Amino acid sequence: MNFNVNEKGYYGEFGGAYIPEMLYPNVEELRENYLKITSEPDFKAEFDQLLKDYVGRPSPLYFAKRLSEKYNTKIYLKREDLNHTGAHKVNNTIGQILVAKRLGKKRIIAETGAGQHGVATATVCALMGLECIVYMGEIDIARQAPNVARMKMLGAEVRPALSGSRTLKDATNEAIRDWINNPVDTHYIIGSAIGPHPYPDMVTRFQSVISEEIKWQLKEKEGRENPDYVVACIGGGSNAAGTYYHFLHEPEVGIIAVEAAGKGVDSGFSAATSKLGKVGVIHGCKTLLMQTPDGQITEPYSISAGLDYPGVGPMHAHLAQTGRGEFFSVTDDDAMNAGLQLTKLEGIIPAIESAHAFAVLDQKKFKPTDIVVISLSGRGDKDLDNYIDYFKL
Amino acid sequence: MNRITQKLQEDKKILSIYFSAGYPNLNDTVQIIQDLEKNGVDLIEIGLPFSDPLADGPTIQASSTQALKNGMTTQILFDQLKNIRESVKIPLIIMGYFNPMLQYGVEAFCKKCAEIGIDGLIIPDLPVDVYADEYKAIFQKYGLINVFLITPQTSDERIRFIDSVSNGFIYMVSSASVTGSQSGFGNTQESYFERISNMNLKNPQIIGFGISNKETFNQATKFAKGAIIGSAFIKHLSEKGSGKIEEFVGEIR
Repeated sequence: MNFNVNEKGYYGEFGGAYIPEMLYPNVEELRENYLKITSEPDFKAEFDQLLKDYVGRPSPLYFAKRLSEKYNTKIYLKREDLNHTGAHKVNNTIGQILVAKRLGKKRIIAETGAGQHGVATATVCALMGLECIVYMGEIDIARQAPNVARMKMLGAEVRPALSGSRTLKDATNEAIRDWINNPVDTHYIIGSAIGPHPYPDMVTRFQSVISEEIKWQLKEKEGRENPDYVVACIGGGSNAAGTYYHFLHEPEVGIIAVEAAGKGVDSGFSAATSKLGKVGVIHGCKTLLMQTPDGQITEPYSISAGLDYPGVGPMHAHLAQTGRGEFFSVTDDDAMNAGLQLTKLEGIIPAIESAHAFAVLDQKKFKPTDIVVISLSGRGDKDLDNYIDYFKL
Repeated sequence: MNRITQKLQEDKKILSIYFSAGYPNLNDTVQIIQDLEKNGVDLIEIGLPFSDPLADGPTIQASSTQALKNGMTTQILFDQLKNIRESVKIPLIIMGYFNPMLQYGVEAFCKKCAEIGIDGLIIPDLPVDVYADEYKAIFQKYGLINVFLITPQTSDERIRFIDSVSNGFIYMVSSASVTGSQSGFGNTQESYFERISNMNLKNPQIIGFGISNKETFNQATKFAKGAIIGSAFIKHLSEKGSGKIEEFVGEIR
């Protein structure tokens, strides 16, 4: 079975480009050019050089000894938290800004939830000297203040999304409206593996450096390229897409996806899309989507702003539907405790998003001989206030 | 013959009005439709509210959100419109985003529209390519006209393709924008209107986005068969309530 995108932009029944005609020229321009641009030698050279010298790649694959002892299995952490700007998001923004430049765009827009993608976008715009506008839900602006300050310092304008739930979904709506209003000079850097084709595939390709590195790093450490499992948290699913990409067609590698259950999958305050979603259309793609029986998109909930999204990337919807991916949901409480545990055992404070991935260790029993690679997608500096509040530190 | 096609054959400029069903009050829908017809409106676009209307500006978003808060659903709208053809003769179009239709079932939705006497649909986020491949046969089975949008950025080649798939009129978006964000037309728009007019398309064009009063209506209909007013009418409803429709339409014509 093919788990990559097909030539029409679909993963099984998911994906496509369900966009208003106003967006067609922008999206079509990108669709026609993204593979051509990204396969040019000078693009590759510039992308690789920036990932190495600016982002600090390759990110280490770290054997987590004390965590492994606790769970009696072999756990490696893919340290995306050590990237410049503190998360995996920058892999994609570097790639997309290079595409935008080659398309002659002068103005960059982005949406952000936790603020990591906003910071990563503002960063590359500063690097390239391009105007940058980041849409962010009003609620997220309040709960991710340090990232808002960083974006402003980097020269970006942060525009609050005031409609709907005032979180990531609404920030995405506002960014899409901006793009409709500015069809010629603007490139929209989508931060997750969502949106109309070719975005999910383009973002996945830029993030696939994660699994590309895991392969050779694991070969060095363990003598084999393929782990038994790769684990990642999923909101829209960009770090997960990158972590899985080179293992999708390696059947011996188990793919584990961890969604935010919020206060519990059935509590009415959750973002566990694979459990609660039905096939629908959001932000330009057909995917699994949390919605009312009447087709209105429902407000998700998670303590983590980066996972607080009612849909999931179409690639992941396909992995869930076909059973290629094993999907878990982790509550706020379990994620926070897993984050604190990682801090105490390994001296690493993870982003709350990434902490969800670690909580799967309490839900699934791995064998002592298993090699489990967990994507540590971001660092927890931005979440200190949340950790302090939660644990009354 | 479909009522839309019939109306388009009349020797007059078409005034089309959009409003969000269930706004300002849940049960205003039928009264608003009747009053619009009584005051000489030629065609009505009934907005099926959606939680995330990507192509709409703040005015229509707000009316859509309020309609949902009022309790509007697809089924309630169909129930409200059940007997609409006993009192209303002009063509009626439902305009809404694709997801609610997908959940209702595209075929069930079309069937229901045909039963009620809805003449066409406008679904901004259902691209013409997907429609042509997957849904055209269903629409035709129920005699529904699907209306597509073009914008100043749409290439001539694509306009020709859209014209070939269309069988009612082409919804010509006046400028690169979401709804309700323009006021008045400049030279850029006029030359775009003229360019399209000179393409001699098989389907007539009706211009929408940025039409808010008599002046913009007249400007648009110099180049096209008709024009659509949405946000300006909704603003009127929110300021004056649903009882003063005569006042609004009277100022346009």
